[in-house]
Amino acid sequence: MTKILVPSLALFAGLALSAQQPPTSPPASRQPSDLDVVISSGDIGAAPRFAVPDFIALSSVARSGAPDTETADAARTIARVLWDDLNFEREFALIPRDVYKTIPAATSITDVPFDRWRELNADGVVIGTVQKTDTGVRVEVRLFNVRSGQSAFNMEYSGSIANVRVYAHTIADDIHKTQRNLRGVARTRLTFNSDRDGERLSGTVENRGSKEIYISDYDGENQRRMTVNRDLNNTSVWSPDGRSIAYVSWRRGPPNIFISNIYSGLAPQDLTKSIGNNWTPVFSPDGTRIAFSSNRDGNPEIYVMNKDGSNVRRLTNHPGNDITPTWSPSGTQIAFTSSRGGDAEIYVMGADGIGIQRVTNGYSDRPTWSPAPFNEIAFAARTGPGNDIRVVDLATRQVRQLTFGEGTNESPAFAPNGRHIAFNSTRSGKEQVFTIARDGKDLRQITRTGNNKQPHWSN
Amino acid sequence: MMRRAVLQAAATTAMTASVFLAACGGNKPPVAKPLPPPPSPPETTASSRPPLPPEPVPEPVVPPEPLRDDAIRSGSIDDINRNSPLKPVFFDYDSADLSPAAKTALDENAGVLKKYGTWVLTIEGHCDERGTPEYNLALGERRAVAARTYLVALGVAADRLRTVSYGKEFPFDPGKDEAAWAKNRRAHFVITAAK
Repeated sequence: MTKILVPSLALFAGLALSAQQPPTSPPASRQPSDLDVVISSGDIGAAPRFAVPDFIALSSVARSGAPDTETADAARTIARVLWDDLNFEREFALIPRDVYKTIPAATSITDVPFDRWRELNADGVVIGTVQKTDTGVRVEVRLFNVRSGQSAFNMEYSGSIANVRVYAHTIADDIHKTQRNLRGVARTRLTFNSDRDGERLSGTVENRGSKEIYISDYDGENQRRMTVNRDLNNTSVWSPDGRSIAYVSWRRGPPNIFISNIYSGLAPQDLTKSIGNNWTPVFSPDGTRIAFSSNRDGNPEIYVMNKDGSNVRRLTNHPGNDITPTWSPSGTQIAFTSSRGGDAEIYVMGADGIGIQRVTNGYSDRPTWSPAPFNEIAFAARTGPGNDIRVVDLATRQVRQLTFGEGTNESPAFAPNGRHIAFNSTRSGKEQVFTIARDGKDLRQITRTGNNKQPHWSN
Repeated sequence: MMRRAVLQAAATTAMTASVFLAACGGNKPPVAKPLPPPPSPPETTASSRPPLPPEPVPEPVVPPEPLRDDAIRSGSIDDINRNSPLKPVFFDYDSADLSPAAKTALDENAGVLKKYGTWVLTIEGHCDERGTPEYNLALGERRAVAARTYLVALGVAADRLRTVSYGKEFPFDPGKDEAAWAKNRRAHFVITAAK
């Protein structure tokens, strides 16, 4: 198994390998104990205090002399993005960067001024270097235990210098994994719909603006438009492998479910072919099927089909409206919104449509099932003139609320580690996508241009 | 001829988007490998577990897409729709029931449709902004279907009437009060073919 790939081939080779490789196992020779490698706080129970000073820009492998501007910018950017990524999970107490701007920058990995970091009461400090190579850039990272001066994390990353944020995201996920056994989300992405392009819909007398599907990094960077049909597109969701987006498009008149294989360059695939109106697709956890709502048999019901559009099966049969399904992590249950009891409410049933039970009490919509180990459903609830995000624990049926009437708050979606929720809110004026931690803290605004709605989080 | 022109325009848009994305730069994934521990601290206890290589982050590709099939309309249909003799039908909050006023409007619309027997319609269902966007897709559809069912009962041929829900995506009045909301809870009639 090749570890080091030529960067220009890494894109394709990496994809092929990641699909086939068995998980790599650690070498048997030297297994350090957790005590050796995990940095803890000096205060029992407190989060370890980490510092992430700017990385060290080294002169290029090819040329001596001072490092160029691009390398210096990369060294700064990686440290700042890494600080944000580590701060996002709140497993570490990130010391504000202003506090240590007086500490002299290390010039190499071997001259870290540990006494100065000890004065700041830091438990860990991340020291990294950035160096241009013949083929791109090499980033070395070490996480030092400030008290012992020993290194708990040693990694080298190499590849293109085009988007250095990816290095920070990868380092953050690796540190969370090795230090806390936590699956970080720094490399995950969001999808949502946006009217920012302001293109007029074709074929209508009324002045209607298009809404197109977008994707972005989890922190809102690298926002990219994914559809170009100048029509209404919404309720986009990621496939579990992150290679496809399913969404609803009105480009043919009635709403149909399309799949865009976003790295293939092929035209989007129409799965429902104008058989009735079709809405709110969502992939099964194994990625083989799509649950959705359709009125093809007369009124909105929940259906399941294969991801190529074949083998459509109806799961509900009720004169009320059934819409916006979501799968349980094991794929054995589906929650959805239904008006069968009068108001719109959230119901849960088996993935075969059997055993329907209501789990909310009052107008509720857009259920989104948490990943394991949490067993929760987030949803938008009518709380006053607008809506707010609530979460119901399915074991206890206890409900907690994450937003409190700051504008209207709708369309929640869980991060793949269950620790964050994306949603859209009018709290800053127009509809914008935000993320919030599962305890209601750490609100972050993701979008700022136009109206942006109905986020969904990749694995 | 016109259709080809529109498709070409769509293709050009898509190509522009692709070029723009390509110009955004190669988003090549870094490759990771474990380092040996640093030389200076004498008793380094480094993690030597090899990591999985980072997930590749390739560039997304935006392929060309055709525009809506019915994008080309004769000017005369647009003119009819601009001053449409077909009246919108309004609904109560969170309801798809036809009020007496709604039925009166539909009775008149049925008369118009009998007079212009070649017209084919799309009935759009719309909602106000207070409901949630997902549920409103279903509610809008119920409103459009309620209007359609009533017209069919009055003798309008079912195959002349298509329905589509836009939920709360296209409000007619952007206001934030009951007067605006009342205008936005509607079934709206659009003529899509007329000979």
